[in-house]
Amino acid sequence: MKRLATFIPLLVFVAIGVIFAFGLSRDPSRIPSTLINRPLPEFSLPPIADAGVPGFASEDVIGDVSLVNVFGSWCVSCRIEHPFLLKLSRAGEVKIYGVDWKDKPGDGAAWLEELGNPYAAVGDDADGRVAIDLGTTGAPETYIIDRQGRVRYKQIGPITPEVWNKTLKPIVEHLKKSS
Amino acid sequence: MKRAASLALFCLALLAAAPARAVAPDEKLADPALEARAEALEHRLRCVVCQSESLAESDAFLAKDLRKLLRERIQAGDTDKEAVEYLVRRYGQYVLLLPRFEPATYVLWLLPGAAVLIGAAAAVFYIRRGRNAPAPAPLDDADEARLKQILDEHA
Amino acid sequence: MVPEIGHFALILAFFTALAQAALPLLGGRIGEPRFAAFGRQCAVLLFILTGTSFACLVYSYAVSDFTVLNVVQNSHTTKPFIYKLTGAWGNHEGSMLLWVLILALYGAVLARGGRAVPAGLHSLTLSVQGMIAAAFIAFVLFTSDPFTRVFPAPPNGEGLNPLLQDKGLAVHPPFLYLGYVGFSVPFAFAVAALIRGRADSVWARLVRPWALTAWTFLTIGITLGSWWAYYELGWGGWWAWDPVENASFMPWLAGVALIHSIRVVERRDALKGWAVLLAILTFSLSLVGTFLVRSGVLTSVHAFAVDPARGAFILMILAFAIGGSLTLFAIRGATLQATGAFAPVSRESALIANNVLLVAACATVFTGTFYPLFVDVLSGEKISVGPPYFNRVFVPIAAATLALAAGAMLIPWKKASLTAVSKKLLFAGVIAAGAGVLVGVTAPSKVIAGGAAVALVAWLVVGTLTDLGERTALFRRPLADSFRRATGLPRATWGASLAHIGIAVYAAGAAGMSLWKTTDVIFMKEGDTAVIHSISVKLDDVRRIKGPNWIADSATFIASKANRAPERLEAERRFYPVRGMQTTEAAIHPQAFGDLYITIGDHVDGKGWPVRIYFNPFVACLWWGAATVVFGGVLSISDRGKRPRRKVLGREMSANPAGRADPQPAIGMSQA
Repeated sequence: MKRLATFIPLLVFVAIGVIFAFGLSRDPSRIPSTLINRPLPEFSLPPIADAGVPGFASEDVIGDVSLVNVFGSWCVSCRIEHPFLLKLSRAGEVKIYGVDWKDKPGDGAAWLEELGNPYAAVGDDADGRVAIDLGTTGAPETYIIDRQGRVRYKQIGPITPEVWNKTLKPIVEHLKKSS
Repeated sequence: MKRAASLALFCLALLAAAPARAVAPDEKLADPALEARAEALEHRLRCVVCQSESLAESDAFLAKDLRKLLRERIQAGDTDKEAVEYLVRRYGQYVLLLPRFEPATYVLWLLPGAAVLIGAAAAVFYIRRGRNAPAPAPLDDADEARLKQILDEHA
Repeated sequence: MVPEIGHFALILAFFTALAQAALPLLGGRIGEPRFAAFGRQCAVLLFILTGTSFACLVYSYAVSDFTVLNVVQNSHTTKPFIYKLTGAWGNHEGSMLLWVLILALYGAVLARGGRAVPAGLHSLTLSVQGMIAAAFIAFVLFTSDPFTRVFPAPPNGEGLNPLLQDKGLAVHPPFLYLGYVGFSVPFAFAVAALIRGRADSVWARLVRPWALTAWTFLTIGITLGSWWAYYELGWGGWWAWDPVENASFMPWLAGVALIHSIRVVERRDALKGWAVLLAILTFSLSLVGTFLVRSGVLTSVHAFAVDPARGAFILMILAFAIGGSLTLFAIRGATLQATGAFAPVSRESALIANNVLLVAACATVFTGTFYPLFVDVLSGEKISVGPPYFNRVFVPIAAATLALAAGAMLIPWKKASLTAVSKKLLFAGVIAAGAGVLVGVTAPSKVIAGGAAVALVAWLVVGTLTDLGERTALFRRPLADSFRRATGLPRATWGASLAHIGIAVYAAGAAGMSLWKTTDVIFMKEGDTAVIHSISVKLDDVRRIKGPNWIADSATFIASKANRAPERLEAERRFYPVRGMQTTEAAIHPQAFGDLYITIGDHVDGKGWPVRIYFNPFVACLWWGAATVVFGGVLSISDRGKRPRRKVLGREMSANPAGRADPQPAIGMSQA
């Protein structure tokens, strides 16, 4: 009994150590979406003033496999991501909707003017409510929506060519085929 | 990947630097009872973009928006539970600084009590065993002789 | 040139540490005592080398050498000189070098000052110290080199986080590390005891001052951090159960348990395996804390820039140090058998109860801190465990521990009568109940919790004073007689009593802050007046002022209370252009029952300045309580007890009255 008891601390430590080891590859600030496999929350966003791009509502997204991209002109990573979104959209790989999160009047339009518009439609989420409904914690975030309008995947951080090819593209193609 | 996410957080943090810490005077609800409820709730909800800060303490603009939203829900007649559930539906259990008691958190909630009880049981076991341990064997003749010799030497 | 010297000294230090680890072991094996002596010299040399390395880094900071990457990332020419120096350890790489330096300092003191330590035990502890030093120097060299050059050198640096440009925080890490790292000495003694298969009163007497020293430094370090958070972060709080705060609190709790259990080993030659295990656990928790802070497995406000490679390296050190020592414990822990029996009502039983509660409290903090990580790894879900959890779960266990402390010192060693102890505690009980009821009736809110908290504090203070009264026969003998007895009490007794009273005072502060803190936030224009706790606070004027490396809006408030002269207070909202960061300098005005604490935010056109006014009740109790605990710790350390040689304490001493020579081979397997 006593002999075995002295092994307990070691066993506990080994168990904790293994969890620590796995924990190293986890990002504690990455929060999984609660929307996965659930329909997009209902919303209807007005267009950005003077941008010449229509706004959109949640039911508009139904019908095609598409991306909903949350961005803001104040967000540095969005600027990094933007050229690749343009490329995706011009190549016709996937339809992209934009949610312009908490931009000041004029900033969103200037952004699209300066960098080009990859979006089929862009909603102006000035008070940030739609972003909250989506469970957004930072920009950019991108949601893959299936034909039924359900959220199938959430990408946190910019879509780089690598992220697209390795992670998002397979999901998009699978959804296009299956439904 | 990690870098990108931290970059996103960083740009949020930059933006967040502007407003004063926590609830601004103009965010407060006119009704003191409702405001008190909102403030109590804020301390139990996590700012989702921050590093382990509550909604009440955070400067981030998302925290500000969520505080506003929370107050709107309360003013609209939500109970505390409903208002919290509203945020949990969007951000998951991550927003709860006080985790719920459910299978995933059984260990968390039961361990402290269990630790005290197991410790107490082990202590009782240790003390009782010590008491029941046989007294040291009486000295035999050889020991007695040796003891006498040592005592004599040191006398 | 200087950075290269620093880097080179550190490389030499690595090999010195290896020698310090290997030579005494080898010497013991082949029976060559000069190897052990050489090991002692290595420990001193290690300190000189790491000291040189650290001095080189500080020098690079002092002269703003922007060819050094670390200086570029954490310094700036406009920074005040004192913060250029302290910036050397305000970052991951520099603070790790400080960590190593302090480890080497402890090793050197142990090597030079360990004359009373039996030779076999001494060389083994130095060897273990050498292993830890080698591991951490390797960590610095391979993953966190502070001397990396950058070319071309930028014209200026990126500056230091302005929150860290503060005197309190500048000295916080050295004290914290003196605490964390200090526990490596009891750890080394514990490992040596396991290798030798022997821990006795002599061992306990040797370990006690080291454990107390580390623990006292850790107390200072945590308090400084807490104090800094209170006055610098401008949130009016002092403890947030943040993972990094918990990382320092866990070894503190385990350290308290260690100090108390060592007493049992010393007095009763029992609980030896447990004390050895606690010594290992306490330092292990220090190491786990280092892992937590520097690996990024948890999110924290205070964490360093994180890097999984560093996390992996520290995890390897954990596996080696904790895994190794616990394996040793698993194999040989059972050889540390107790002698003598325990009575259920006795000081030693009370100390066991204390240990059960403290370890449970420590396990609670550990579980709460790491639970989000466990859940994430096991299920992929993200949950949070925050202050509301800790307050609910930790506070009851802590309260039970304090309640026990009041009575424990009144219980004599070996065997006591429950009735006699109860009688002595009757007075404390009456006072506690009275104080609790009084507060319960008069408190503005939180009647039950407040009453209970005050009763607990009164119980502990009066219980401790009762014990001192008993020991000095106060009021039972002439005062002069009592005074003579008081001066004759061992300093360790005074130390323990003071520490208990200090903890009680601290608990009063914690209770006041948690239960009765009031806060309000309003817009104020110049000339406006607000009233809080019958103090009227007028915003007199706001000026733009300029510091060495910041600009600020400085608000002057006039606080006045009925029948008192008004006082002027300054609160600032600072902007540090180099980092683009803002900080809040609170106006703090101590009152009889708490601090008036005011911060301002950024001006809003048409509305004025957002002003946050706190009343922080009993907050000073936190600092005075902690100071009392520290004073108690210092008193206890200064009590060296009866010299081991004066009295025959253990087999080892009886065999060797001189205490130096060791009849056993250094790696004593006699009991294996």
